Amino acid sequence: MQVEKFSYDNKIVKQFAFATILWGLVGMLVGLLIALQLIYPQLNLIPQTTFGRLRPLHTNAVIFAFVGNAIFMGVYYSLQRLCKARMFNDTLSKIHFWGWQLIIVSAALTLPFGITSGKEYAELEWPIDLAIAVIWLVFGWNMFGTIIKRRERHLYVGIWFYIATFITVTLLHVVNSVELPVSLFKSYSVYAGVQDALVQWWYGHNAVAFFLTTSYLGLMYYFIPKASNRPIYSYRLSIIHFWALIFLYIWAGPHHLLYTALPDWAQSLGVVFSFMLIAPSWGGMINGLLTLRGAWDKVREDVVLKFMVVAITAYGMATFEGPMLSLKKVNAIAHYTDWIVAHVHIGALGWNGFLTFGILYWLIPRIYRTELYSKRLANTHFWLGSLGILFYAIPLYWAGFTQYLMWQEFTPEGFLKYPNFLETVTQLMPMYAMRALGGTMYLLGFVIMAYNIVKTVKAGSLLENEAAEAAPLSNDEGGHAGEHWHRWIERRPVQLMLLSLVVVIIGGAIEMIPTFMIKSNIPTIASVKPYTPLELQGRDIYIREGCYTCHSQMVRPLRFETARYGEYSKAGEFIYDHPFQWGSKRTGPDLARVGGKYPDSWHYNHMMDPTSMSPGSIMPQYSFLLDAELDTTSTSGKIRAMQTLGVPYPVGFDKIANKELIKQADEITASLKKDGIETLNDREIVALIAYLQRLGRDIKASHPTVTVNK
Amino acid sequence: MKFINYLESISGIEIYPMISLSVFFVFFLVLTIWALTANKEHITEMKNIPFEKSNSTDSFFI
Repeated sequence: MQVEKFSYDNKIVKQFAFATILWGLVGMLVGLLIALQLIYPQLNLIPQTTFGRLRPLHTNAVIFAFVGNAIFMGVYYSLQRLCKARMFNDTLSKIHFWGWQLIIVSAALTLPFGITSGKEYAELEWPIDLAIAVIWLVFGWNMFGTIIKRRERHLYVGIWFYIATFITVTLLHVVNSVELPVSLFKSYSVYAGVQDALVQWWYGHNAVAFFLTTSYLGLMYYFIPKASNRPIYSYRLSIIHFWALIFLYIWAGPHHLLYTALPDWAQSLGVVFSFMLIAPSWGGMINGLLTLRGAWDKVREDVVLKFMVVAITAYGMATFEGPMLSLKKVNAIAHYTDWIVAHVHIGALGWNGFLTFGILYWLIPRIYRTELYSKRLANTHFWLGSLGILFYAIPLYWAGFTQYLMWQEFTPEGFLKYPNFLETVTQLMPMYAMRALGGTMYLLGFVIMAYNIVKTVKAGSLLENEAAEAAPLSNDEGGHAGEHWHRWIERRPVQLMLLSLVVVIIGGAIEMIPTFMIKSNIPTIASVKPYTPLELQGRDIYIREGCYTCHSQMVRPLRFETARYGEYSKAGEFIYDHPFQWGSKRTGPDLARVGGKYPDSWHYNHMMDPTSMSPGSIMPQYSFLLDAELDTTSTSGKIRAMQTLGVPYPVGFDKIANKELIKQADEITASLKKDGIETLNDREIVALIAYLQRLGRDIKASHPTVTVNK
Repeated sequence: MKFINYLESISGIEIYPMISLSVFFVFFLVLTIWALTANKEHITEMKNIPFEKSNSTDSFFI
């Protein structure tokens, strides 16, 4: 058969590799800064660098910029070789690369300025959401084009994982980002309250599953065999691993919402599927580790394999921990505490980080036709990184347990032993300092790698187009009567994609449709009313400042929670919350019942300087809210948007909304004046106080028969 | 969310989770049986896709 000559595109691989290093540095540097802010609140400096605004920047940078570019680097390298074909179209590759970098830059230019949709891990506003969808589709187009013109009949298991990643992330991003724009930089989620929470954590959990996990499993199935020069331990296991993983993962989202106002049946569904996930996850881990059987002598010498072994081990740890955390009793301990932060960093630093480093050390010398500049430095990186992970995670596990134990401790008389929330935070300061040390070590290792790679690149020269040859596929499909259906699908990427899509859609639909459909799932509470115009504006400030990164608005039905915060939260309380603001971490106390707890002047002083009201508080100062003028030109537009989303404001309310707003603002300024605080009625602080004083008040007015969560 | 109205009016819709669960259970059963009994030659061939020798004329690292 005629052999065709072609070349592999290494230049695009290089570009994504450099991007992952650059954004990795930025993302981790921001991470270190916010870790330090928890110890030294004065590091919050200016509004653009407050914790609430930088934390979303950190998560977005690390997930979508660092890991995102690393995925593309690995996919563009391995896909070409597994398909024996150059990438489908060089122009698409360029659009994909530069488009993705542009999205990252626009994230860095919006999040610090408070331009956010307020949904965790999906904070970017609607124009950027659209751009993400377009560029992601360009990636998919390029990938499928390559697969279709391939010269290898069968699709290797790594490619299945890439296909599942592509199709599921598309679905997740589109469904979760349905939002109604109010202006160029502001939109409201079309979902509200419980439904928004369910969609958000279906997205949030599966972003971990399909962005950070399946893509990297695809990379694992290619790069571990390549780096160790031996085929994967069990190809049979990898087939079961693939289908079981994508089927089970999609159902597990509700485990982020245990003990919340989410309907019980949805919580149970999430628990069952999360627990079953341990089987395929460990199947994959074992498959990766056993590939190295008989090659452990190599692991001792080869730094690439060292990184990969730790990565797979971290994957195994995180996927053991995940199902455990989804058990309700364990979740009651971990939820809202630093345990969760430790858990995700085992995944991020260990699994994603170390696999990326291993691939970089393997791949860069290859495409640059040289040896790695320094193996010693790479080993130093390995040890600094490994110790960094331990120094990061162990103190946070400790912190998580400590805080939980303090939260739930009662005196013999039946009172909370630590009624002041702040006590449970100041206790954690040494742990936070250790965590920052761990993060510094990890980052230092990263810098050493960057130096090592720059030196390697300088010593070598990039082979932009690597010559290759292979026979084209014949028209004969290779099928024969009686061949198995799975062999049939292994040759058909489009059918494989569609089958994966059906698998994940069914899981997602069963989880969500009933909550949207059945009215009894969200019992309405008659006394719950829409926000006033001033409260709505205040709520948008709350979202802008990222208050949800440290404060939850969800009291769980546990004795130690109701004793501290009051009545537990009901699903019906959130029906006008576009988006929901339940939060997932309590660095500060829950705010679901804060309305009416303190006088207006307390909030005013607390925002100006939190330590004046709560000595030792680590909350950033929000004194700029005292001077900033509230933008009331947006009020009527926001009211109309809410009406479109089904919030029952009377017809024509948008026209008188600002009048109502000023009336309420005057009441608050008058109450502040009584306590000796002079302020204008058009300052942002007034709106924020109005919102905070509203929280949890509706339900207090309605007692005693409040519908319970079913 | 207008489509909800249509879904609500379907009678007996509660059974669909059970049906899909059964479908997937059968799917996995068949998949597992196949994976365990698959032709060894084919499996070996698939395993070695990353190592095809004629893959690249590049002999730098071979």
